[in-house]
Amino acid sequence: MNDSANSPPLAEGVKTIGSLQVPDPVFTCRDVDVFYGDKHAIKKVNIDIGRKQVLAMIGPSGCGKSTFLRCLNRMNDTIVGARVEGEICLDGQDIHEKRQDVVQLRARVGMVFQKPNPFPKSIYENVAYGPRIHGLAANRGDLDDIVNTSLRRAGLWEEVKDRLNNPGTSLSGGQQQRLCIARTIAVNPEVILMDEPCSALDPIATARIEDLIDELRESYAICIVTHSMQQAARVSQRTAYFHLGDLIEVGETNKIFTNPQAKLTEDYITGRFG
Amino acid sequence: MSNTNNVAERSAKETQSLVQASLARRYRAERRFRAYGLAAVLAGIGFVVFLFGTIFSQGLSVFQQSYVKLTIQYDSETIDPSGARNPDDLVTADYQALIRAALRERFPTVEGRPNLRELYALVSSAASIELQRRVVEDPTVIGQRETLWLLADDTVDMLLKDKVSRTAAEDERRLSDQQIGWIDELVREDRLALRFNRAFFSNGDSRDPEQAGVRGALIGSALTLLITLLLSFPIGVGAAVYLEEFAPCNRITDIIEVNINNLAAVPSIVFGLLGLAMFIGVFGLPRSAPLVGGFVLTLLTLPTIIIASRAALKAVPPSIREAALGMGASRLQMVGHHVLPLAMPGMLTGAIIGMARALGESAPLLMIGMVAFIVEVPAGVVDPATALPVQVFLWSDLPERGFVERTSGAIIVLLGFLLVMNATAVVLRNKFEKRW
Repeated sequence: MNDSANSPPLAEGVKTIGSLQVPDPVFTCRDVDVFYGDKHAIKKVNIDIGRKQVLAMIGPSGCGKSTFLRCLNRMNDTIVGARVEGEICLDGQDIHEKRQDVVQLRARVGMVFQKPNPFPKSIYENVAYGPRIHGLAANRGDLDDIVNTSLRRAGLWEEVKDRLNNPGTSLSGGQQQRLCIARTIAVNPEVILMDEPCSALDPIATARIEDLIDELRESYAICIVTHSMQQAARVSQRTAYFHLGDLIEVGETNKIFTNPQAKLTEDYITGRFG
Repeated sequence: MSNTNNVAERSAKETQSLVQASLARRYRAERRFRAYGLAAVLAGIGFVVFLFGTIFSQGLSVFQQSYVKLTIQYDSETIDPSGARNPDDLVTADYQALIRAALRERFPTVEGRPNLRELYALVSSAASIELQRRVVEDPTVIGQRETLWLLADDTVDMLLKDKVSRTAAEDERRLSDQQIGWIDELVREDRLALRFNRAFFSNGDSRDPEQAGVRGALIGSALTLLITLLLSFPIGVGAAVYLEEFAPCNRITDIIEVNINNLAAVPSIVFGLLGLAMFIGVFGLPRSAPLVGGFVLTLLTLPTIIIASRAALKAVPPSIREAALGMGASRLQMVGHHVLPLAMPGMLTGAIIGMARALGESAPLLMIGMVAFIVEVPAGVVDPATALPVQVFLWSDLPERGFVERTSGAIIVLLGFLLVMNATAVVLRNKFEKRW
């Protein structure tokens, strides 16, 4: 079916194929709909996100994978006209409930963006910013410790230890992205969301980020949106395939890539479109 | 095969020649456009040079003023006949008499009331105030002799600066032949010379050109602008931040935005009328006060600052906002820690433009009474004061020759003020400027 890309949009609420649920999930999403004005961007998505594992979200451009990712820490709140419906529970509590403070949510669910976006401040200040606004460090010594540890875990310490006061923007693209990761883990989140973190980087920098993701998986749940199927195959344990706002298939990464159940998934991962 | 090749080659040549033909036309158009641009720039430079040339050629002479060197005998009989050194007596004493005596001493041959009156007219009436000041400050000088440089009359000053004709018919001049003779004699003896004009920088306004100074207007302008800056910058930036970052997008904010843009184009005299009606009429604030002037100019500069600040906020890359929000910063923290520092240079530029406009405004200040003739230098924001552009306006209307150079001199001071103000803002802006 070469023409599946041009096939008419699927009916709403397509039944997702595969294993939606995982034992002891950190996020459980049920019947999530996202609207941008009149546009129905995400249609009745159900998925669980497990602890200490990487979930890769793949799919053609405009399929809603980034939109879904941004639901998880309510970054869509900042977009005028965006509306999220359904239930997204973090550790059993709905993140859209009134009791859930968005600032606290974002401290628990960190985010790394597509384009490295360090603050126009020093490397030290970039990492120290989160702990500082959330009051995680009682004194300068604590803060130094947090900055040091975060930079080490992001694999950046050796490269920047002598120039912590240089501007974060003076680093190379790959270093900037690792600085953004260090900044995110400095507030000790439960989940890290990554929105195509390597799309602006060269292959060597990408490899370093991928190694880093592999290490961070030991401590955090990670959701990564990627355009590269190889990257999804390399770094993730589970993969979710989105198509035009529908979650088509989700399951163990090796199963998705070796034996996809849905026709659309198969067409996409074999490179017939996308 | 060869046929198609020929056609292809021919059409390629044709294309080339067509491109060639159009190329010449395009370059001609570009050369013409450049010539127009250059002509416009040169014309602009020409006018600026002409403007500054006129102002400086007329105004630079104001920084020097004619002074007469006289030996004053502080005669105790004239100043303080009782010998009690009563401060009130010292203030009211006839110091003019001391100057007259000194002049008679220098020109002993002059006799007769009309001649003496001509002689006395060479020295400014301000000279006696200088003597009074000296005696009140230090009464021990009474009875002693002192050689002083005293302010000469403005007619003498104009003659020394070659601003009036020596050869016109005598009844068309303000100085008689006899007076010119005395002046030349004093100049030969180095007793009459152009010296740095302290009075211009230390005095307020005066009816006598030689006594009139810009200090009152300068302080008045500085106080007015201080009030303006203190009010309009925080309010303007606050309004811009609220409208840009926090306000919901709806009809009301649209109407507010349109109205702010319209306010920026309202003639300044309307703000003056508003200030007169509100601040003076309703709130009963004093007339002619820099406080009210500052309020009125705040209204005038707010739209400019708000518009520039909103543009600066819009120019901050969204990635920085996302980064801050993604870290769990609240909206206010995002703005305060990241957006505002990045927008600050642009906001300062807006403030510079607004303040420069406020400094040059005279119309709204006329409405609130800052156009009054005020001799005293204002000491506070509720004292009566005038402002530099208003002072220029006032002096440009006066008939005495001395005020012509003072008008230009005040313009030079105004330009200097503007330059200092803008330089400060540029330094501040460069300090805040960060790359991202």
